[in-house]
Amino acid sequence: MSRIKSKFQDLRSKHQKALIAYVMAGFPSERDTISAIRGFVKGGADIIELGMPFSDPLADGPVIQHAGFQALQKGMNLDRFLLLVKKIRMETDLPLILMTYTNILYRQGYDKFIYTVKKAGIDGLILPDMSIDESKDFLQAAKKNNMDVIFLISPNTTPDRIKKISDSSSGFLYLVSMFGTTGGQQQFQNYTTYAIKSTKKILGGKIPLGVGFGVSNPDQAKFIIKSGADAIIVGSAFLRLMENTPSEKIESKIGHFTSSLKKATITE
Amino acid sequence: MKLKYPKNGKFGEFGGRYIPETLVPAVEELEQAYIKYKDDVEFKKELQYYLTQYAGRPTPLYLAKNLTKFAGGAKIYLKREDLLHGGAHKINNTLGQGLLAKRMKKKRIIAETGAGQHGVATAMACAVLGMNGEVYMGYKDTQRQKLNVFRMNLLGSKVHPVKEGTQTLKDAINEAIRDWITNVKSTYYLLGSAVGPHPYPVMVRDFQSVIGNEILAQMKKLEKKSPDSVVACVGGGSNAIGTFYPLIDEDIKMFGVEAGGEGIKSGHHSATLVGGSKGILHGMLTYLLQDDEGQISETHSISAGLDYPGVGPEHSYLKDAKRVKYDAVNDKEAVEAFLLLSKHEGIIPALESAHAIAYAVKIARNMPKSESIVVTLSGRGDKDVEEVGRYLSKNVKNKK
Repeated sequence: MSRIKSKFQDLRSKHQKALIAYVMAGFPSERDTISAIRGFVKGGADIIELGMPFSDPLADGPVIQHAGFQALQKGMNLDRFLLLVKKIRMETDLPLILMTYTNILYRQGYDKFIYTVKKAGIDGLILPDMSIDESKDFLQAAKKNNMDVIFLISPNTTPDRIKKISDSSSGFLYLVSMFGTTGGQQQFQNYTTYAIKSTKKILGGKIPLGVGFGVSNPDQAKFIIKSGADAIIVGSAFLRLMENTPSEKIESKIGHFTSSLKKATITE
Repeated sequence: MKLKYPKNGKFGEFGGRYIPETLVPAVEELEQAYIKYKDDVEFKKELQYYLTQYAGRPTPLYLAKNLTKFAGGAKIYLKREDLLHGGAHKINNTLGQGLLAKRMKKKRIIAETGAGQHGVATAMACAVLGMNGEVYMGYKDTQRQKLNVFRMNLLGSKVHPVKEGTQTLKDAINEAIRDWITNVKSTYYLLGSAVGPHPYPVMVRDFQSVIGNEILAQMKKLEKKSPDSVVACVGGGSNAIGTFYPLIDEDIKMFGVEAGGEGIKSGHHSATLVGGSKGILHGMLTYLLQDDEGQISETHSISAGLDYPGVGPEHSYLKDAKRVKYDAVNDKEAVEAFLLLSKHEGIIPALESAHAIAYAVKIARNMPKSESIVVTLSGRGDKDVEEVGRYLSKNVKNKK
């Protein structure tokens, strides 16, 4: 069983939902990325999502865009990313998901890229610009390498399409909470609750549902969990915190913030 | 040569829809609306009305006698898209998409622009059709094309300078897509070139095909036959695909001219098809300028309108099918052609179009006088006068 799948099973037995914590590889520096991950682990995050920067991140808001550009400027590349993943793997056994854009994979060849990152310790992939309609070769390569593929859906995705997309997803399905890019608006609308509830119904417990984009504090996390999500995904809020924290304090600050979010996922 | 045009929004392996899920319903809605209206009699009539009465179609096919004499070979005809309202071929597309957006009941229009020509054409279409336009433009481009920023404002559209990334056209497209994701229900994204996710490459090509269709009809009158060659510049490639597509089954040689910048070997260029590799950007699989790891490269061209690291997927297909020959003309040659056409024909071409002129003069020399070339003069060069001035003074200094 994949690390992600067994993590969700384990949490279910403990009546907990998952906290998925995102960080951009190499932002503000590779050392700080490691510190943040130590904070995630200490604070009780369940799954770690690691961003690999792309020059044209069109699904990301200003915070992740900026983090990606900085990481690239400081020389983040595939080799250094793999090294970073290996370092992380020496620290934790938590499931590790890579988020990047399709071209990064396409350039190496889907199979070669997935094989390489899997070997380094990546358990799942999130590609916001990989549409199910274009995914045949990508899915084949993922299956071959036992890589989980987490597709995204949106509040305006039709029920038929949600079915189709969830059939090709493994690990969990990622619901974008709102119309917008990552790190967007601060207040959730009724349509978010509706989207969570109706999607859960369609999924019928076959695969967990994670919700992200704009989830930035414990109250929002609680709201999303109460609406029925199996996981919350927090990204931009962590990056904002890292940007305003001196390196030596990143681990403890991220740790505190992580544990405040984690509390929101404990339902019993 | 007959090409088999594939379906399902793809040109061979190229094109497709590599987009965030939020946009899927929007592009599907757009595709449905486009299919519904493209052959609708009322829609076609209204578009025809605006193209003739407002934009100034048909544009002349002008035999450039002095340029022909200068080159000393085949006759050179200029398809005068520069004479259109707004000064470029872009209005063919913005009127078409604008009328479509109106039928889709979208009141807010967003667009991206590089040199500002598409932004201006969008602002015009919005003004005349009664819609609200907002245009994303790379900060660097707002600085080198100040006049167009001012024009857009005058026409009632809002310009958003984009300060992320390389601050040029590709970043303007990223930002427009982000806006579209955020305001997907209310907003129509009026893309300016034959790029992006399906159906844009097909739709923009169709709206620009008026260029090639007129060329065919006009040449039959003027020369009693089709041209032997056609030449057009390629950035995203909308004027080129509009020129090529209606002629694709004819026995005509086709040349797409990309921006060679400071030379292909220098790495400072925008010649995607000549010097690029396959990849995925802005919702499509196409040739791109990128590094070994798939990061999109910074491009360079003296012309802001060609300064784009991608290209329309249909061009990628036509390149691999060897139906069109794609080549590059560098900054220096483009400026020389800019000066040449101004001096010999009294026509100041857009720097984008000057690339096509330079190439046409080159190939005309090696063609017999009995043959003819049509060059699509995609835009006029008033916007580039300052840029050329800067280039000349810099290069005169360098020579000293």
